[in-house]
Amino acid sequence: MANIIEGVKYTKEHEWVKIEGDTALEGLTDYAQSELSDIVMIEPPEVGRKVNAGEPVGTIEAVKAVSDLYAGLTGEIIEINEKVVSDPSIINKDPYGEGWLFKIKIDDPKQAETLLTPEQYKELIAKH
Amino acid sequence: MFKKTPFYEMHVKNGGRIVEFAGFLMPVQFEGIIPEHRTVRTGVGVFDVSHMGEIEILGKDRLKFVNYLTTNDASKLELNQIQYSTMLYPDAGIVDDLLVYNLKDRILLVVNAANTDKDYQWIVDNKKYDIDIKNTSNDIGQLAIQGPKAELVMQKLFDLDLSTLRYYWATEVKMKDIPVLLSRTGYTGEDGFEVYVDKKYAAQCWQMIFDAGAEHNIKPIGLGARDTLRFEMKYCLYGNDIDKTTNPLEAGLGWVVKFDTGDFIGRDSLLKIKEAGIKRKLIGFEVIGKGIPRPHQEIHAEDGKIGFVTSGTFSPSMNKGMGIGYVEKPHNKVGTRIKVIGKTPVDAEIIKGPFYKQGSRQ
Repeated sequence: MANIIEGVKYTKEHEWVKIEGDTALEGLTDYAQSELSDIVMIEPPEVGRKVNAGEPVGTIEAVKAVSDLYAGLTGEIIEINEKVVSDPSIINKDPYGEGWLFKIKIDDPKQAETLLTPEQYKELIAKH
Repeated sequence: MFKKTPFYEMHVKNGGRIVEFAGFLMPVQFEGIIPEHRTVRTGVGVFDVSHMGEIEILGKDRLKFVNYLTTNDASKLELNQIQYSTMLYPDAGIVDDLLVYNLKDRILLVVNAANTDKDYQWIVDNKKYDIDIKNTSNDIGQLAIQGPKAELVMQKLFDLDLSTLRYYWATEVKMKDIPVLLSRTGYTGEDGFEVYVDKKYAAQCWQMIFDAGAEHNIKPIGLGARDTLRFEMKYCLYGNDIDKTTNPLEAGLGWVVKFDTGDFIGRDSLLKIKEAGIKRKLIGFEVIGKGIPRPHQEIHAEDGKIGFVTSGTFSPSMNKGMGIGYVEKPHNKVGTRIKVIGKTPVDAEIIKGPFYKQGSRQ
């Protein structure tokens, strides 16, 4: 079973978002990494890019599949996890930790309320 | 209702991720495509390929009939020799690619799983001479044991000295006490064997191989790695690189077409195509920089579209995106720069196949 952690919010597109004050850390959920399996390449958004919640901002390529990466919240990309860019397999090994993807300076922390709770995300993936 | 191979329960027990493929429930992966790929390149792995179709041709004219049915020269097959070949439609489009086993009392045709019913019907419809045709696909389990350590493992199960069984030869022999058809064949570029066994012995056969391979860390391998392994050898996959809209000459399979050894279905059309000159070629390419090509993406030269991708993936051995596709002549030359049009277009260069050249296959 896919691991769903507490203390973060989730998108319908299978990203997790961890709010820390006025920034948010985003990554791929355990369910998503397991479905994709063998992630070999990521194309992250550029630092400085303004992104809107729900907007495709990059791609994740696995051996046999490719998936879009979406911004969970509106704001500006302020950091990319370069370690994951050079070794994307980290996402498969530790999706909620070392495998984080990027950091957003968020416009409106209240926007996080529109994201899914762990309970809601669990229901979402149960339907798959 | 999907079919299960005689090894299905083993896949579930080994944690295989099961998907539907060609009407069968098959494991696409166990521990992951990349580690499984490496297992086969460096050690030994076992593929369940029982979904492949087996069609037997019996009767005294069987060799003559198969020579008419297929493009390669079946007439020169010796006893227990195997040949890679194709079957064509009258317009030279490919019905299927297949292995032809010339056995003591029959010819065994091993065909692609997705094509078994179509092929059987095609063969029946084109039947001539004194022969019988039997589809034995549902009675047979098939395993492919592949990798540089395959012989080490398999030797434990046979009295026969396996170093005498050469590439593309077979023998009907006992594996310990079970009767099997053993051949030195595979779809990986590594040394290896394929074992055909009556499904009543399937579980026993699986156990024997895994017991023998335990000390060499033998592992089950899924369809995902089967595809990346064959891809690195630029072996054609029916449904991707070849199908009824492609002919063997443009697919680089001219070496299994013998025009001067008697008539075969599709010969006249293919000869006309050859004389007129083929318009496109199946080429291999590697991405320059980042990006992974995917099937159906367009291939462009500076002046626009010149072809399309038929197979594209990340190559675990070369650690980069690579592809196979058709491009119009004269854009097919090695060294030609192309662009593969995905969401973000990527630059690539046409290279010679096979991509992976260090395989243990003799």
